[in-house]
Amino acid sequence: MTLLKRGVRSVLFSELLSGLMLTLVYFFRPKVTLNYPFEKGPLSPRFRGEHALRRYRNGEERCIACKLCEAICPAQAITVEADPNVAGNCRATRYDLDMTKCIYCGFCQEACPVDAIVEGPNFEFTTETRAELMYNKEKLLANGDRWEAEIAANIERDAPYR
Amino acid sequence: MAELWQEYLLPLIIIVAKILVIVVPLLICVAYLTYVERKVIGAIQLRKGPNVVGPFGLLQPFADGLKLLMKETVVPSSADQVVFVFAPILTFTLGLAAWAVIPFGQGLVLADINVGILYLFAISSLGVYGIIMAGWSSNSRYAFLGALRSAAQMISYEVSIGFIIITVLLCVGSLNLTDIIMAQKSVWFAIPLFPMFVVFFVSALAETNRTPFDLPEAEAELVAGYNVEYSAMTFALFFLGEYANMILMSAMAVVLFFGGWLPPFDVAPFTLIPGPVWFLIKIMIILFIFLWVRATFPRYRYDQLMHLGWKVFLPLSLVWVVLTAGVLIFTGWLPLAGGTL
Repeated sequence: MTLLKRGVRSVLFSELLSGLMLTLVYFFRPKVTLNYPFEKGPLSPRFRGEHALRRYRNGEERCIACKLCEAICPAQAITVEADPNVAGNCRATRYDLDMTKCIYCGFCQEACPVDAIVEGPNFEFTTETRAELMYNKEKLLANGDRWEAEIAANIERDAPYR
Repeated sequence: MAELWQEYLLPLIIIVAKILVIVVPLLICVAYLTYVERKVIGAIQLRKGPNVVGPFGLLQPFADGLKLLMKETVVPSSADQVVFVFAPILTFTLGLAAWAVIPFGQGLVLADINVGILYLFAISSLGVYGIIMAGWSSNSRYAFLGALRSAAQMISYEVSIGFIIITVLLCVGSLNLTDIIMAQKSVWFAIPLFPMFVVFFVSALAETNRTPFDLPEAEAELVAGYNVEYSAMTFALFFLGEYANMILMSAMAVVLFFGGWLPPFDVAPFTLIPGPVWFLIKIMIILFIFLWVRATFPRYRYDQLMHLGWKVFLPLSLVWVVLTAGVLIFTGWLPLAGGTL
């Protein structure tokens, strides 16, 4: 009986035809392709992209040169320096971030007590040379100015879960 | 002088013009077949396929062709240079030459010869030479293995294609393609000879080295088979030849089993559409099945391929030839020589 069943099945190509029907159904399904540079997928508010140094609303830098980010960075990509000769100084004279070392773990933004260093939603920051990926304080602050609206919105959306 | 013009030059110009009228649209069809293939397979895999070059990616085939044209043709130093260059030319020429006898409509045929189907069969069998020559002259292991596989595969499946053609010929009583089509005026041969159509289609897949029988190319094991060493236009000629063969096999299936240019029903709304359009529509449907099958099935193993060809299709088609002949004799439906059913 099973032999007969198998014989009939193979003569009638029933397995092959059911396979063809399946692919035909898929043929008419909506496509999942995203035309990337023109269409972009949704990003989580927690998305960890390119770094930025933020400012307070009055334009003052948030960073207080506490170096917690430098200490926690597992890839040792961050270098922060403050001038020791100025009493009560809490301004970074240098804030370098080597984007070729960074692993985008997000520890720096977790460690930061003043929400100064954050990872923004930007993931399209390819460069033509390696040197351009050695970010300094100016570049990071410029990023902060450029992405402030998105970063602030993301922090607000993520706040209830923190 | 006038005699020279009348007897030789004018007919020559006319025949060249006729050839161009067939070959140029055919090459455009081949180019767009590659586009449609990518679109269909993309759609089945939930992708969009090419859609960047031109509207809906319609200029993609030309971009690809231009790219291949601009590239350098690399001839390996250990290759047999003459044969190496000749092989793709042969494949491409044979892919086009077969179209001489395909009737596109009533009387629309370049060469209405009485042994049309034999000519088709011979030309499609010759196709294996291009591949063998490519594999041999490349002097590369992968190319050679691919060519061997391809030759073995094409020869195996040609045998059953031969028997299928004989079955159809028994029902027609003529080797002329126009006669074969006219014999299907009342009923397409795909209906009484349906199992033969299935066997023919599967053999056509094997004959054109398409999935699930694309063992000669088997990119996972043989890199790309017989055309590994080919680049630029030599590769493009292989590619064009292969796709032209695909269209040719579909045309053959349409002529043998689906009534060529005849409309599906001989009544008003169907007969208004001209014959060549019907022919084209039928070819496109068969080609879609080619692509659909490619997107669905995995590749056969080599021994399975040989098993299917020699132990299943050959006995089946042989039995069907005998059966058809018996039925035709028994019922007295056997067509007279030169006549139609």
